[in-house]
Amino acid sequence: MSETTNQLLENLNALAAGLFLLTAFGIVAMRQARGCLNLFIVQSLLLAASAALLGLRYGSGHLYGVAIVNVISKPIIVPWLLRRTAPAEIYTRREIDQVLNIPTALLIALALAILSYFLGQPLLNAVAPEFRGPNVPIGIAGLLLGAFTLTVRREALPLLIGLLVMENGAFLAGISISRNLPLLVELAIATDGLIIVFISGVLIRAVQKHVGTTAVGELASLKEAAAEPAAKEAAK
Amino acid sequence: MSVIIILLLPLVAAALVCIPFKKYWAAGVTVVSSVAVLVLVARVAWLTSAGGSITSALKIGMLKWIAVDGLSALILLLIAFVGTTAAIFSVGYMAHENLKPWKLRLYYANYNLFVFSMLAIPVLAEPTLVWIVVELTTLCSALLVSFDNTREALEAAWKYVVLSLMGAGMALFGFLVLFAAMQASGSDGAYTWDGLITAAPMMPPVLLQTAFLLILIGLGTKVGLVPMHTWLPDAHSQAPSPVCALLSGIETSAILYVILRLFPVMQASPNSHAETWALVFGLISVGTAAFLLLQVRDYKRMFAFSTVEHMGIILTAVGLGASAAGYSAMQQIVSHSVTKSFCFFAAGAALVAVGTREIAAVRGLIRKSPATGVALVLGGLAITGASPLAVFLSELSILKAGLTQKEYVATGLLAIFIVIAFFGIMLHINRMVFGAPENKNNGPPEKNHSEPQPVETFHLPFSCRLALILAAVPVLVLGVYIPKPLHDLLTQAAAALTK
Repeated sequence: MSETTNQLLENLNALAAGLFLLTAFGIVAMRQARGCLNLFIVQSLLLAASAALLGLRYGSGHLYGVAIVNVISKPIIVPWLLRRTAPAEIYTRREIDQVLNIPTALLIALALAILSYFLGQPLLNAVAPEFRGPNVPIGIAGLLLGAFTLTVRREALPLLIGLLVMENGAFLAGISISRNLPLLVELAIATDGLIIVFISGVLIRAVQKHVGTTAVGELASLKEAAAEPAAKEAAK
Repeated sequence: MSVIIILLLPLVAAALVCIPFKKYWAAGVTVVSSVAVLVLVARVAWLTSAGGSITSALKIGMLKWIAVDGLSALILLLIAFVGTTAAIFSVGYMAHENLKPWKLRLYYANYNLFVFSMLAIPVLAEPTLVWIVVELTTLCSALLVSFDNTREALEAAWKYVVLSLMGAGMALFGFLVLFAAMQASGSDGAYTWDGLITAAPMMPPVLLQTAFLLILIGLGTKVGLVPMHTWLPDAHSQAPSPVCALLSGIETSAILYVILRLFPVMQASPNSHAETWALVFGLISVGTAAFLLLQVRDYKRMFAFSTVEHMGIILTAVGLGASAAGYSAMQQIVSHSVTKSFCFFAAGAALVAVGTREIAAVRGLIRKSPATGVALVLGGLAITGASPLAVFLSELSILKAGLTQKEYVATGLLAIFIVIAFFGIMLHINRMVFGAPENKNNGPPEKNHSEPQPVETFHLPFSCRLALILAAVPVLVLGVYIPKPLHDLLTQAAAALTK
């Protein structure tokens, strides 16, 4: 393939990765639960796009496989699984009082994104030039922002999305630095993501049925402190 | 080939228990399949204890990623043993709960899937596949933790899933970096545990160390290392007791096994600090758990914290130097697994007898149910390392190895924490079993004698008694004598920890 095409493919990949980072920021800040899910779907499509572009650039059949698996599993099967397992209420929830207000959360997210560039740099220096690219630092940022989402959100759906964003982040870095991973492994990892959605959906349904809330992050009665008997009485 | 059958048996059992049939069908199938697995695993362990490893003779596709050496065989043996005793314990324990038939089938189906996912951990040799089955252990056991569907159980299950999967996300990245390191080393070997050791000297140290730390922290979350342990006491106390025995007794050790697999790789790389990290995380875990043990209010949580403590002890032992303390660490894994599963059976029996998890609400258990009281005391003494029992022997040899390695500070701290944990656990158990009823704190015993109350004695179901007796055998025997085949297996396993 000619030099200019390669350059173009790399630039397009950088664009996809940049948009990936943007969606991760969106998921931290989006109040509407349904909006989080939509952003996650966009993010998964961007991940698939990045995999396809890198596949084209380096002529790697594995990466086409990764792209196809991502296009099928996340935008189609994940929402379907959620409809089958979790209560419909989770989509309509809005989080009015988050743990941190949105500007603060976004500032911390920004700090995490910058941090991930510093964390990614030594890794990039250690691998061969063909494995370098924007994917590794942005993948680490996805990992950190997903974890951050888990700590600041209280509603069930955004928490679940946070988990999946972490996995997407690891994947985005993975398709760049370890792209020769056997396809079977990639398939297994994708299936695993679907089981996560299924189990969490069932758990969310059980919480909604037996506790009467979908704000699973607010459950906090199990502690060592003296508050425990009081919390138990309150539960009764 | 027998390795494949070991993996298939629980899957078949999981499918079979879904068939609606007689009352004890599901329980029976589970017990039979666990016993069969135990027999097969014992054979595999016997073969590997003589040295050498079993690689699957067939080499198609996934099968080349299956390999069993001494370390894997040891973990397999423990999983199969705890899986069997817990299955036997489940028969009486779950029958006592008067569950609907479909709920009972759900329990056993999940139970078998959970056992399958654990058995797959030591058998697989490809790190990313191991990551997937580690993830599966979380997912298969999540619905077992939330099984009671109470507010607390659901909260525990949710925390368990979120924190474990958060750790798993980091570990996944770690394994991908490890793969990148393998590629960068220029080695053309397969991405397996053995291939990693061969390639390690050529790997860029920064990639290898990043991967190690990510995996240590990511999977350490699931092992329950402090400060990532916060979910563990919740999940390990809210699940039904046989599941607690599996979670605490063996699941944590099986995940720790994955971390231990990286130690020989790290040793092969120049200038790595795997031992230091292990020592730091290990000692912090032991210390934190020892002090938290003093203030628990729930006796199942108490045993859960003791698991955090023991995981810390094992990691500390490895940190003291895999070549010196490796054998002791393996011994500690064995004694912890058999003892902790016994403790949770005793705690489950106590829960059935008195119907509460609160330490403060249980007094004078020895009068209400002598068998349960004796089991609880034995469990407490055994897990804290009282003298002629299994944990005592392994902890002593860890401390001895620490002194020969001249790590006086670490060894001293470890000894102090173990003693604190001993007093913490025995204080609570003493009150529960021998304490006078009614009065919250040490009431005068005369009062109890002067007004003799009719104490309702409680009879434990037969299968629970059987499971307690079976689980007690290794606790008692391994304290005084380690059979030759097991000794060989431990030596093999310890050898796998070093390059």
